[in-house]
Amino acid sequence: MAPESRTVETNLSRVLSSGGFAVTGELGPPKGADPAVVRDKARLLRGSVDAVNITDNQTAVVRMSSIAAAALARDEGLEPVVQMTTRDRNRLAIQADLLGAWALGLRNVLCLTGDHQTFGNHPTAKNVWDIDSIQLVKLLAEMRDQGVFANGEALEGDPPRFFVGAVESPFADPVAYRPFRVAKKVRAGAEFLQTQCIYNMEKFREFMARLGDLGVLDKVHVMAGLSPLKGPGMAKYMRDNVPGIDMPDEVVERMTAAGAGIDDKAERQKAWRAEGIRLCVEQIQQVREIPGVAGVHVMAIEWEEAVRPIVEGAGLLPRPEPLGAAAEG
Amino acid sequence: MIVAEQKPVAKILEMAAGAQTALVLGCGTCVTVCFAGGDKEAEILASALRMKARLDGRELDAAHLTVQRQCEWEYLDTAADRIRQADVVVSLGCGVGAQAIVERFPEARMVPGLDTRFYGLPTRHGVWEERCAGCGDCVLDYTDGICPVARCSKSLLNGPCGGSHDGKCEVDDAIPCAWHEIVERLTSRGELERLAEVHEPKNWRAARDGGPGRIVREDLVRDAQDGAGT
Ligand code: SF4
Ligand code: SF4
Repeated sequence: MAPESRTVETNLSRVLSSGGFAVTGELGPPKGADPAVVRDKARLLRGSVDAVNITDNQTAVVRMSSIAAAALARDEGLEPVVQMTTRDRNRLAIQADLLGAWALGLRNVLCLTGDHQTFGNHPTAKNVWDIDSIQLVKLLAEMRDQGVFANGEALEGDPPRFFVGAVESPFADPVAYRPFRVAKKVRAGAEFLQTQCIYNMEKFREFMARLGDLGVLDKVHVMAGLSPLKGPGMAKYMRDNVPGIDMPDEVVERMTAAGAGIDDKAERQKAWRAEGIRLCVEQIQQVREIPGVAGVHVMAIEWEEAVRPIVEGAGLLPRPEPLGAAAEG
Repeated sequence: MIVAEQKPVAKILEMAAGAQTALVLGCGTCVTVCFAGGDKEAEILASALRMKARLDGRELDAAHLTVQRQCEWEYLDTAADRIRQADVVVSLGCGVGAQAIVERFPEARMVPGLDTRFYGLPTRHGVWEERCAGCGDCVLDYTDGICPVARCSKSLLNGPCGGSHDGKCEVDDAIPCAWHEIVERLTSRGELERLAEVHEPKNWRAARDGGPGRIVREDLVRDAQDGAGT
């Protein structure tokens, strides 16, 4: 259970602190300005998750602003978690944008470093990183608890009291350092933590045990990140190319086997996807058994329709009745 | 040292359009050591410019000369006549040396022959790596001698991002992850606890973000004035 904090209650914080097993999803805003794209994705997720992360220029590709998309999703009855990276904005812009997010009724923020801009679609851009993700957590915690800006100056009126989240990649190098980094984020004021996608349950169990040793599990709600696989290609790509992903060969083999002997391309794809959903359901059941895991963060990127069957298959429906769309502030 | 790379000959010729005489001015300090703008490179570039110009059907009388340090006016003064005579001076100094030329000789036309890249050191023959970004607020005590500002692609101050893998940075496998190295070094010295507390946001004003840097040493200024008075 997280300690008493001055955070305003959000749907997500309420489910987590009531000891319920929370479910969050992910919604990537479009590479364009059409609000209908956000609304459609939001409708696919509504009722299956307690809150949904709205990504912030994910993989350094320009997309609709996370705060604007979060407001659209909120209007569709979803509770957003606004992702904020420190790649694109300095401390002035971050604070200004988050004051605006609060004014719009958005209450959860997830603090991230962000992928380097050379990966994205504007690789010649200048980056910012005026502050890092841990400093951002601390900034928001101080805004919440002391009503001050990063410079220590009091802000006018009631300060934003966001439910502050952080992320960790349990298997990224240097691996032994990762639990220590979680402890640092908790010390900075993180109240919930979402992890990078987990496929190696054995190692994840060890990671969680280490967090227990460090005494942080009673201070932060840890949500295991899970991402359903669309096929063996995705599994191999993640195994070989994505830092911090520990993809056991059994998983790749299982996905490959699911399509074996099916000649029709569409049928094969269907079989893969069904297997991906089944695997994800099993993973949820496995992480639920691990002490300290308070929920799952299901990242079905460009596959939002997978979330309902996954959550349903894991026996996690119906979700607790959400708080009013616009939380009281 | 300051590490730089030469621009392509075609690019230099393009920048020097219209000139009939050129002085390729080398520098005997940092850029000599990194094989970008020393006397040898100046000589080779002058001859390459002459040849390429001829191939392009253009006359360019390019000569070379090297001063010990382009970034100090008194050394530039030793080349004053040659600088004044040339239609264009191709500076093979770093960005500081190149600007010193026009500050000292406002009538000269100067084009940069180098791209100045970073402060670094040779890690093996033919390889130079960045080590310092001149941030004006050194934190090498905190990280035990490995610079997170210049050597972490994101200038993070609180540990590695999630992109670190096998000791490499997410940006490029050729870049060692500075935070991996910091964590390893502190671990081996039993000092990892140093990273436990959150490092506050950095004072970037001490460098570029505070406007162009300027250091005034009153004692030296005074000495110089006293000296002038006697
Ligand atoms: S901390 Fe600043 S001054 Fe020190 S080495 Fe790094 S960039 Fe240079
Ligand atoms: S991988 Fe390492 S060097 Fe590269 S940005 Fe991340 S922490 Fe910095």
